Amino acid sequence: MAETHTDQRPLSPHLQIYRPMLTMMMSIVHRITGMALYFGIILLVWWLMAAAISAEYFALTQSVFGHWLGKIVLFGFTWALLHHMLGGLRHLLWDTGHGFKLNLVEWLARLNLALSIILTLALWIGVYWVRGTL
Amino acid sequence: MVAFTLPQNSKIDAGKTWPAPHKGDLKEFRIYRWSPDDHRNPRIDTYQVDLKSCGPMVLDALIKIKNEQDATLTFRRSCREGICGSCAMNIDGTNTLACLKAIEDVRGPVKIYPLPHMPVVKDLVPDMTHFYAQHRSIEPWLKTTTPTPQAEWKQSRPDRAKLDGLYECILCACCSTSCPSYWWNGDRYLGPAILLQAYRWLIDSRDEATGERLDNLEDPFRLYRCHTIMNCAKACPKHLNPAKAIAEIKKMMVERRL
Repeated sequence: MAETHTDQRPLSPHLQIYRPMLTMMMSIVHRITGMALYFGIILLVWWLMAAAISAEYFALTQSVFGHWLGKIVLFGFTWALLHHMLGGLRHLLWDTGHGFKLNLVEWLARLNLALSIILTLALWIGVYWVRGTL
Repeated sequence: MVAFTLPQNSKIDAGKTWPAPHKGDLKEFRIYRWSPDDHRNPRIDTYQVDLKSCGPMVLDALIKIKNEQDATLTFRRSCREGICGSCAMNIDGTNTLACLKAIEDVRGPVKIYPLPHMPVVKDLVPDMTHFYAQHRSIEPWLKTTTPTPQAEWKQSRPDRAKLDGLYECILCACCSTSCPSYWWNGDRYLGPAILLQAYRWLIDSRDEATGERLDNLEDPFRLYRCHTIMNCAKACPKHLNPAKAIAEIKKMMVERRL
């Protein structure tokens, strides 16, 4: 019988060749935003602790978040939070056994992405509108 | 384990470009090749096929290439009508059956790979041993404790209808090998195809081992590596929905605790 070479069999390509699809991308982005939220929460805790420590330290923290770089990070945090929250709602729906029809899955993925962007912008515009500044 | 890149022996090299046999309505096919006998890395060979003298499906083109250009091209096929599941492979970036994939639905060159993240036996033939062993592990047969009836096990029409969308599965593995979770944790995660099969027995009104079956699935890896990525349902050439079946199993897990 012919010799079999099971030990040296190559692994067929996977991520390298699979067509990227929105649903698949939304899944990995859900996980990435989930991890980003850990860092975002650290920022929030830092801000709260700064307020508890002293007025001077709080002012310093405020100036860090007030810097344009800090604002970009906070903007990203807002988007990650909203994107992940909407993704979580999708998962809640799936946990009930609904929302699995392929066209609905596609539609929900698009809605999630669009809403996360719209809500993030709305929130920041709202804050600007109320405070008169960012 | 998550490994985004391929192992050294699996990296793909440039391959041979086969001369077009004659002029005509030529379509380019780029096909994954690997042989255990020549001690080389996998490579992509390029073939030209005259569509005027070829059947409409990708499988027709593969058979034509094998008959007329390169007899060493290796792939599984049998029924050529989407019921045996043998010719499952990755075509144009998604998993499907070569016999159900129309050549004209592919824009540009037709890229063909074996089912993703599987050990390759030769060319487009993956080693399915582990997949079948996983199927065996869910004990895919009727399990009963009541005495066997004189005639058949009876089932009402509504109970029989619960098997629709499940019994059609042909175990081609298009779904399982499209699933990133199965790529990274396929050693322990059962994957969409096997879980759909598991659900097929869980909701069979005649089966009396539901609790035992659920016990066997209640595991962070076997069942719960499904993150509803949905590649499975998108890939299924029979238009089944393994993701939904898995969600139903997860629901059964919760419901039996209430």
